[in-house]
Parts: sequence; structure tokens; C-alpha cells
Amino acid sequence: MDWNKKHIISIKDFSRDEIDYVLKKSALMEEKLKSGETSSLMKGKILANLFFEPSTRTRMSFEASMKLLGGQVIGFDNASMSSEVKGETIVDTIRVVSAYSNVIVLRHSVEGSARLASEYSEKPIINGGDGANQHPTQTLLDLYTIQKEFNTIDNLRICIVGDLKYGRTVHSLTNGLENYDVKLRLISPMELRMPRRIIKGLREKGIEVEETTKLNLRDCDVIYVTRIQRERFPDPQEYERVKDAYVLDLKTINNIEDDAIIMHPLPRVTEIKPEIDNTKHARYFEQARNGIPVRMALLCLVCNVKF
Amino acid sequence: MNGKEDRVLKIKTIKDGIVIDHISHGRAPDVLQILGIDNQFKDSVTIAMNVPSKILGKKDIVKVENRDIDSNEINKIAIIAPNATINKIRNYRVVEKKKVTLPKSIVGILRCPNPSCITNKEREPVRSVFIVKQKDPLVLACKYCEREISGEDITLSITT
Repeated sequence: MDWNKKHIISIKDFSRDEIDYVLKKSALMEEKLKSGETSSLMKGKILANLFFEPSTRTRMSFEASMKLLGGQVIGFDNASMSSEVKGETIVDTIRVVSAYSNVIVLRHSVEGSARLASEYSEKPIINGGDGANQHPTQTLLDLYTIQKEFNTIDNLRICIVGDLKYGRTVHSLTNGLENYDVKLRLISPMELRMPRRIIKGLREKGIEVEETTKLNLRDCDVIYVTRIQRERFPDPQEYERVKDAYVLDLKTINNIEDDAIIMHPLPRVTEIKPEIDNTKHARYFEQARNGIPVRMALLCLVCNVKF
Repeated sequence: MNGKEDRVLKIKTIKDGIVIDHISHGRAPDVLQILGIDNQFKDSVTIAMNVPSKILGKKDIVKVENRDIDSNEINKIAIIAPNATINKIRNYRVVEKKKVTLPKSIVGILRCPNPSCITNKEREPVRSVFIVKQKDPLVLACKYCEREISGEDITLSITT
């Protein structure tokens, strides 16, 4: 398949073939990384990391990826460092920075900022998160983690736990999973259920969806946990009531499938107890590590660097 | 008043102006709002609501004297009344008749209801674009923030 995407803005822009292609190239990149064959792929190229919102994982992961490819990184990790404080529009910033770099990663709290940026940039834009909307590289690394573990995504039983109403990560993940033949169990407090339109879309694509408020983790291959944020609850008492209902500890995972994996986009707070970290099920730190080959592959793909 | 006179009153013809027919029932007030017709409007306006219709079951009709309609207004009407027909009347005769059509994407007509959407940020050079995801019932998605809107939210988002 020929890569024809210049920008990575939303997982919804990807067909199944395109996702599969990224996963395949990511696996290839991981092999090349292990054998030290990546260090000059992006030599002489510059990545501009424009992080108008603070981020550690995504920003550092892109920076490490570019450096492992032999490229250079410029940018900022705080809006106060940008000309936005002087009143510059996102579009003007992008026009200027696209003259300084070969590829731009943009994180901004304004939803749709990456899509607009892609309309004005001469250079590829990778969306590093636009507010509550999309974070496509997180979804691709999530899918890569699942694929790497099971060698398939089809026919898996995937359980997603936590804030399913506001969580950008889980919305993008379900958008990505829509392309596969999976069974979903969605576990959340009633107040934080997955939006109806997403459930409807999943069912229209023939995906079996079960919704429950009970932390039932049995009969699942993948357990994807997300944080429940206090600020989502208008009533603090309500938060206190539900927060402990979705905490994974050794007892709650006692009856999960032997080869089930536990994922989390991180940062976690209390929803996965540290006692799980050393179990055979924990994959969240490996999941974060998988961001490297996936982002390395994406940087090369959008810059038309063959590997 | 006998039945015949009553019928004449309902279908009173206009000399010059527009007749918007086959409006989804209950939507006539929204059409008037799109046309900017309020109590300051000087010419005659006829509104018929919940009129029996073979195609729609029930429909609304709006007739406005001495008023033309532009493509922007037609596009807005297409969003709330996708089966509407626009008749232009000159000297009691229909000189132009057309059915509204819903484009694949709706540009610059709706304001995205998501306050965090880039299209609501001042000074960024961007117009709202909504992609038609589903026609009946209408579901639109903002091209930028991807927020989907339907039903009354669409009507409320039409800029006047």
C-alpha cells in the first residue's frame, strides 16, 4: 500500500487498511530500532514540537522518536513560550514554523486546531492532542500494543473502564476499534457512560457492545482502564461514591483471563494499584514504550522517508 | 363566511414575492427567522401550518410579498426543511420553482455549538464547516472539532 497521508489529524481519517499499515510499519521500525538501523533515517530533518498545553509523555515520546531517527527537535512545551501570548493566531504560528521544520507535532487545547493547522501548513502536521477531541497517535500505539500482544485485533474481547463520557482516549480508541471485529464491554458510572451516538455508531458497524456499571473483568482479553476525574462531577459526594468502585487491585483481577492484559494511557492515579505493576497482566508501561516505534514510523511515513 | 371563501383566504395568491412550500411541519417560524422576518416587516406574510400533505403528511407554507431569497437563505432552509420548494412569484405567476438541496458540507451557515471549537475563536481565519453524516434525521459533524449535532441543536446553531 502506498502511504498517501500527509497529516495525522484524527483516527477517523484512517481506514482499516491504513491502520494495519501503520501497525505493520511500526513493528518493522521496532525491529530496525533494536538492530540500530534507524539512526540516520531522518538525518538533516527537523521536528517542531509545538505544545501549547503541557505534556510530558507525548512531547518527550515524539522528541525521543525524532532523535532516534537522527533528526533534530525544536519547539516549546508551554503556551507562554509561544507568540500566542502576543496575540498570534495558530494559523500564523503554523505558517512560520512550517518554514523552519520538516514536520510539526501540535498540541493545543482548542478543538479542531490541528485540522485547521493542516489546511495552512506546507509541512505535515501530526495532532498531538486537540482539547477533548482527538489524539490519534495514542490510539495507534494502543492498537499496536494490542496487536503486538495477540497478533490480531479481530475476535478480541475488550473491556474499557472509567470515564467513558469525557475521555478523549477512549473515544478515539473506540473509533479505531470500529474497524475491527471486536466485542466491547464498557464499564463506567452511569454519569460517565459512553455518549449514545458513539454506542449507536458501534452497533451500526456490527460491534457487540455491553454496558455495565459493575466492574466485571471476566472473559476479557484486554482491560483498558482510564482515570475518573474529580472535576467531571458537579457533586463531590457523587465522585467519592464512584471513585473506589473502579479501582483495580489484586483482588479485583483475581478472576480475569490468564492471558488478559491491562492497559492504561497514563498517568494513572489510584485506579490501578501499584501491586498490579509486577503481575503478568500489566502492560501500561510497555504501552507507553510502544509509543516510540509507532511515532518513529509515523514521522517517517508523513515525511516520505522509506524504511 | 362560507367554506369556499375560507379556502380562498388560505391560499391567497401574491403578486410579487416568494412562496416556500413543503416545509417540514412546525418549521414555518424557523423559516421566518432565517428570512429575518419579524414584527418590523412591512409587507404581507402568510403562514400556513400543519396543512395536510400527500408527501409529508403535514406541511407548513410561508408566503412573503415583495421579498426575494438568496442562495445563502435557501441553504439554511434546506437544513431545517430538506423537502422545501421555493417558488418565486412575479406578477402572480411562478417564474422560478426549485427544490432545496442539502449539500454534502455546509459552509459558514452554522455556528459550532462547542465553545472550545477553533471555529469559535476570534481572528483565526476559519469558517464553520459541517459535514452531513446522515440526512434523515439530519446529523451533522463539525469538520474541525468533530462534534455531532442533530435535532433542535441544528436549528439553534443557524446563524442569523
